[in-house]
Amino acid sequence: MRHAPIASSDVLKKIPTGIAGLDEITGGGLPAGRPTLVCGSAGCGKSLLGVEFLIRGALEFSEPGVLMTFEESADDIKKNVASLGFNVTELVAKKKLIIDQVRVERNEIEENGEYDLEGLFIRLGHAIDSLKARRVVLDTIETLFSGLSNQAILRSELRRLFGWLKERGMTTIITGERGDGTLTRQGLEEYVSDCVILLDHRVNGQISTRRLRVVKYRGSTHGTNEYPFLIDEKGFSVLPITVTSMDYKVSSERVPSGIPALDEMLGGKGFYRGSAILLSGTAGTGKTSMAAHLAEATCRRGERCMFFSFEESPAQIMRNMREIGLDLQKHVRKGFLQFQSARPTVHGLEMHLVRMHKMIAQFNPSTVLVDPVSNLQKAGSLDDSTNMLIRLVDFLRQKNITAFLISLSSGGKFLEATDEGLSSMVDTWLLLRDIEAGGERNRLLYVLKARGMAHSNQVREFLITAKGIQLVGAYLGSAGVLTGSARLSQEARELAERQAATDELKRKQLALNHRQKSIEAQIAALRAGWQLEQEEFARILAGTKQREHQTELERAAMAKSRRVGNLIQK
Amino acid sequence: MKTQTRPPAKKSGGKKMSVAGNGKPGAKITAADSWNLRLYVAGQTPKSLAAFSNLKRLCEEHLAGRYQIEIIDLVKQPHLAQGDQIVALPTLVRKLPEPIKRIIGDLSNLERVKIGLDLQLFIQK
Repeated sequence: MRHAPIASSDVLKKIPTGIAGLDEITGGGLPAGRPTLVCGSAGCGKSLLGVEFLIRGALEFSEPGVLMTFEESADDIKKNVASLGFNVTELVAKKKLIIDQVRVERNEIEENGEYDLEGLFIRLGHAIDSLKARRVVLDTIETLFSGLSNQAILRSELRRLFGWLKERGMTTIITGERGDGTLTRQGLEEYVSDCVILLDHRVNGQISTRRLRVVKYRGSTHGTNEYPFLIDEKGFSVLPITVTSMDYKVSSERVPSGIPALDEMLGGKGFYRGSAILLSGTAGTGKTSMAAHLAEATCRRGERCMFFSFEESPAQIMRNMREIGLDLQKHVRKGFLQFQSARPTVHGLEMHLVRMHKMIAQFNPSTVLVDPVSNLQKAGSLDDSTNMLIRLVDFLRQKNITAFLISLSSGGKFLEATDEGLSSMVDTWLLLRDIEAGGERNRLLYVLKARGMAHSNQVREFLITAKGIQLVGAYLGSAGVLTGSARLSQEARELAERQAATDELKRKQLALNHRQKSIEAQIAALRAGWQLEQEEFARILAGTKQREHQTELERAAMAKSRRVGNLIQK
Repeated sequence: MKTQTRPPAKKSGGKKMSVAGNGKPGAKITAADSWNLRLYVAGQTPKSLAAFSNLKRLCEEHLAGRYQIEIIDLVKQPHLAQGDQIVALPTLVRKLPEPIKRIIGDLSNLERVKIGLDLQLFIQK
């Protein structure tokens, strides 16, 4: 059996709200031509969401809107949103928006017999017709329940109202106060079943966080998580942070760390662009200095760097870094470097994340430093801060921003595990530690992990000098890992030993030479003696021959004299 | 929307029934006050017809010659709904004598309408 393709008119149409993030969570906006219920407790931002929906509709989507307010006066609303940069008066004058305040005071109204809410319908219908409105906000219609006593009439009329709005094709937001155990006090969710958005304002450890959740969206998929949202000088913004998927692109470009010797350790080229780097270490191991090097290197390349500091003020960091030869101020002046310092406890974690998102989106840096991430725990629980950091890292990865996170390890703990459980999500993990030996503390750096690069396995000694960070190969010998003056003295000792060995060799050489000479002298003496003997032998030999010759002569003479002549052969 | 019909009994909205005396703001309601009543309706519905006939009966009974009823059909004049804060229909607004009073519904409980409009002051006399 073949299925006919779904006609486009059958697919649920959505109307973008224009509110940052909300359209992403809902996959395009609110259901077109249908009512949406926005509920939440007092002060959670329901009204603002509604008003911004109308204002953005009028400004960005040329969809005029009608705001029927049952609580605040039109003037109050104008003032409230003026602080968010919206000029409602102008919109009203341009016939893009109508604000109608419906006031129903129980003590001013007497009920007598049957009635209906046709007056409200007519009012709303008139406003819609006069603007050709596409959007309607009813804020908070439940107020009617306190103004009018006949619940049965109210309920049937509200049901009729929502049906009527749907019939007229109005994309409507109906706000409702959170009830006890129900989404709204009067159970409006029974009538508005297309889309329900819940706003929440929670205080945890004196820190408040606003959250939004799409409880229901008939006929559409939607993000089901709670998303933090923010109301700031630019209005309402929801951060669909957990929407982030893992299909981000990766870069094989490498960025130098600002410390040549460290780049050397990382396969000679530094970090991957857009990767997440974790630098953990105990207090005073030079984490911030290392981060500052990266910041400096980033800015020197003409890229932007954002430094989130949760411990030190920008001035403090800049002064400290000047002392080690890094002029960060210059980059701040040129607009390449931006510091964002805030105590972790000023906001909730979500708020921190939301603010970071916004700032990053505004500044568009290529490198983001967070110093330290471990401090964020103070603004929430451990789980929450881990969660938040994962989302932050995901977000940065998606934007191909190099993330450099600093984690302060508390002393005495196993160093190769971070409190934040970040280790598995970072690409490169540098560990700084200090070892105490010989009455001094020395810093050691090693690359614990570096995905996708041939990194050095060597432990380096890490020196902070007036000219920045220097890495020195730590002494790794028979005497163990030695650093600082122990390394120096060991090195001196080795030098002396080597010197001594050379001297010994020289001495031996000399002795050998001497021995050779003495042997040679002996040989010469022997040879001289031998020569003497040889000469003496020759002399004796010559003497003997002389004597024999003499004897011969004498014998011949004798024979001649004795006339023996022929007997003697000659 | 409801069918557009003329308000019951009246040829058009806002026609004066009767005038007598002047309303004095802040003053206690006296027998000399003229009564200015407005009935907001949306077409000729059973409820609006009932409200009008109930109101008229009451006025004839207690305020004969001193009252005027204005009928405002919001189907014809929807822009008037906002000004008088009309939500429910029918709505009776007592413009004069002051203070302004509102009663919503078909006015089927005449005794309560009398109380709501402070009519019982006259009835007792």
